[in-house]
Amino acid sequence: MLTINGKEYEFNGRTVSEVIAELGYNEQQIAVELNESIVPKAQYKSTVLYEGDHLEVVRFVGGG
Amino acid sequence: MCIPTREEMYAALAERHGEELQKKLSAASVAVCGLGGLGSNIAIALARAGVGSLHIIDFDKVDISNLNRQQYFPEQLGMFKTDALYDTLKRIAPYCDITRDCIKLNDENIPSLLTEDIIAEAFDKADQKAMLVNCILEKMPGKYLVSGSGMAGIGSSNTIRTRRITERFYLCGDGVADVADGLGLVSSRVLVCAAHEANAIIRIIAGETDAC
Repeated sequence: MLTINGKEYEFNGRTVSEVIAELGYNEQQIAVELNESIVPKAQYKSTVLYEGDHLEVVRFVGGG
Repeated sequence: MCIPTREEMYAALAERHGEELQKKLSAASVAVCGLGGLGSNIAIALARAGVGSLHIIDFDKVDISNLNRQQYFPEQLGMFKTDALYDTLKRIAPYCDITRDCIKLNDENIPSLLTEDIIAEAFDKADQKAMLVNCILEKMPGKYLVSGSGMAGIGSSNTIRTRRITERFYLCGDGVADVADGLGLVSSRVLVCAAHEANAIIRIIAGETDAC
């Protein structure tokens, strides 16, 4: 199990890109931190998630 | 009309805020990226607090649709926001060191343009917010970054909060109220989020980086 924004998921072995798509996020409107480090957008497809990882997905909304 | 001297302004602020905090505010430099509902209010709050240097950045002009929440006057319609806000900030804090850049920020120019230690993200489009945040976190991780997301409508002010996402990245707003959902931006609630950003910045300057 790994956590995404505090909730547990069975996404071991999946890439950040796959997980983002599955959870319905728009890649252009988010920032992703994996274990407290930013995941560059260029590395979404190549970054694989493992047991115990902690992902924080920040979704930005319009207005300001 | 004679305005107070630099020393008189500083002394008045130090009396309010305490000498220790005022010294830190005076030495601080903050970049405000976007000068709309969030940015114009953040810049004014920081200028009033006596932040020593402000770098204000926006490519846009003052429009009548801005006047419901942004700190511009009807007589400034058509002016570049950088120029209009510069004038206002100089009236508020004549001794604040203000640089302005009338430019659209992007991945390429951000690293060379943003030299300040603390950055306020104050754009209005979600993908621009994401672009700036990703760029800073990736390329300039030593900087403090305060961002705002989710402030549309007139829902409760109590759902707007400040969260510390990582060591130097703070996110203000309710995270969900989106203009894309047809909710308009109203001065009061935008102000709540802008105040959260300004206060987070002042707390960072003061060294209160642990809690929100």
